[in-house]
Amino acid sequence: MSGMLIAIGSLTLIGLTLGTVLGAAARYFAVKEDPLEEELKAMMPGSQCGQCGYVGCAQYAGALAKGEAPITLCAPGGKVLIEALSEKLGVVADLSGLEDKGPEHAFIVEDLCIGCTRCVRECSTDAIMGANKLMHTIIIDACHGCSKCVKVCPTDAIVMVQYPVTLRNWHWPKPVIEDMQHRRADEPQALSAE
Amino acid sequence: MKLFPIRGGIHPEYRKEQASEKAIVVMPMPAALYIPLQQHIGAPAEVLVAEGDLVKKGQMVARNQGAVSASQHAPTSGRIKTVTDVTAPHPSGLPQTTIILEPDGRDEWGELPEPIPDPFTADAHTINDRVAQSGIVGMGGAAFPSAIKLNLGEQKKLDILLLNGAECEPYLTCDDRVMREYADEIIDGARIMAHALGTPRVVIGIEQNKPQAIATMTKAVSAFSNVEVIAVPVQYPMGSERHLVQAITGRETPALKLAADLGVVVHNVATARAVHHAVRFGRPLVARVVTVSGGAIREPNNVLTPIGARLADLVEFCGGFSARPESVVNGGPMMGQPLASLEAPVVKGTSGILALTVEEINDRPANACIRCGSCVTVCPCGLSPVDMAAFIRKDNLDVAAKLGVMDCFSCGSCSYVCPSHIPLVHYFNYAKGVLRELENDRRKSERIKTLAEVRTIRIEKAAEAKRAALAARKPAADAAPSGNVPSGNTGEIKAATEEKVNA
Repeated sequence: MSGMLIAIGSLTLIGLTLGTVLGAAARYFAVKEDPLEEELKAMMPGSQCGQCGYVGCAQYAGALAKGEAPITLCAPGGKVLIEALSEKLGVVADLSGLEDKGPEHAFIVEDLCIGCTRCVRECSTDAIMGANKLMHTIIIDACHGCSKCVKVCPTDAIVMVQYPVTLRNWHWPKPVIEDMQHRRADEPQALSAE
Repeated sequence: MKLFPIRGGIHPEYRKEQASEKAIVVMPMPAALYIPLQQHIGAPAEVLVAEGDLVKKGQMVARNQGAVSASQHAPTSGRIKTVTDVTAPHPSGLPQTTIILEPDGRDEWGELPEPIPDPFTADAHTINDRVAQSGIVGMGGAAFPSAIKLNLGEQKKLDILLLNGAECEPYLTCDDRVMREYADEIIDGARIMAHALGTPRVVIGIEQNKPQAIATMTKAVSAFSNVEVIAVPVQYPMGSERHLVQAITGRETPALKLAADLGVVVHNVATARAVHHAVRFGRPLVARVVTVSGGAIREPNNVLTPIGARLADLVEFCGGFSARPESVVNGGPMMGQPLASLEAPVVKGTSGILALTVEEINDRPANACIRCGSCVTVCPCGLSPVDMAAFIRKDNLDVAAKLGVMDCFSCGSCSYVCPSHIPLVHYFNYAKGVLRELENDRRKSERIKTLAEVRTIRIEKAAEAKRAALAARKPAADAAPSGNVPSGNTGEIKAATEEKVNA
């Protein structure tokens, strides 16, 4: 009998002690940062292009976490990011006004480039090579399509172009099946729901 | 020897008799050869020739570049007409950079590397270098550069070289014919590869529906105690690397791992023969045996085709079409891909060209899934095609990925058995393409994040340095105005060096 009491007593004691320690730790060592903000920051392109109107990606993520900014502001992130954000935040985005042109990269029309290096300084990912009075060119692998360089170019030598479909990135399209039976099965359900 | 069962699989009509009794014939040199820079997995080769150059047979015309790549050689002597974009043998029908060679009809060999006199005393590097130099890729269809697979012996402990002669795809008979006609060359190549890999054993797996090949190969290996031929049951997809390894050794390759992690390296029989040619004679891979078959081909045949021959010329050599082909397939009917055009050339990975009639492809509209579970039973990878397809249909690719769609190797067994004719494997090909694209995008955005961070740090440092310089100069009174270097300039130079580091 006393053995049982000792067992119950000691386990209770251990439980209470550990519980107190954990409780204290949760209170005193708590991380103040909003975990949501961190998660959103990780989703951002991280190129700090500032096209959303905020200073950088972290600030936009902060505004998103507080619910102060619409989720459609990030240009480099594109439709993919908007969809991801909409799922994360549970916000329904109005995509109707937004035309998704697919991912793009900048391209310098070499005949028009005067070598002013404005775009070189503007690029936040060092994707433009060039020097004074020498022709510039874009390193496509480093370009994330923020189009900031397009805006600063004095001769309109930079255009945004779509990535070409090549053997490397081609993949099979989604199969389209004339699936009459599925549709017939769906319709009565839709009616009964109404 | 005891064999191990493999999961699932199907028993389609093999229809190999159309070409299996036809001895290999040599295709006459066509009027032009189209040699794509990329005929393999990895980076395209770098062009070494220009318009108007005269080349000899076996001369390297494009060199491998990067870690995974293979070089290309002139399949005959002649003049380089041009280097331009030509339709690739690919379902998209997109073009790729291709060297066009006009044969001069003399078919003269150029200077070839010296044969390796005794490969069994040569070190592994000599053999691997020779294989790499000869542009040899996996000839079973995947076209992975073989030299890289032969280097595996350095990193992993291997005990078996498995030669894949299963040829489980219906119609295809090219490996069967090569085994019947060139057994000694295959076995010599295999022994050289085993020596380079350091594997004590060589096993040649052949499906039981090729009795002559089994007999010839068994006879040819009788002189070598460490080489054996094993007849494996007729069951599609026995020729898949993972499944053949499992059937013969009982070792199941885990997802995202290679058979080499289990101590087994698999090469195709035709690849072994190419290694024999490269090591014993210094000859690069410039021709391969292609099965031309199908109901719409007038004279099905096994043709020794120069790499780069146009498919239209090859079909013409086989008597042309006897009926309108509903689909022309590159490879076998199960895993092969439909071709958009016959203007594309034969490449190193082309095992067969099938022209199939309407009856052969049996194209019907899809019906609703009746949840019979046949696809789950036959899936040789133990996946659940019915569930994956349902999620993909609703664009829920993440869930499909969790269910293992990336482990599917598109053998097509599920599509084959589906009584409702749902294009299951098409869904998986689509999903795998999209998931791969997303993965690439993710990698790119990660790299861009690093680039942006590096730039921020650099700009901060530059500003810091400027401030420090200014503070240091202040006491020295207002001497000459500081040499104002535009901030962009130093940035560019740094950007250039960083770019090189990142590349």
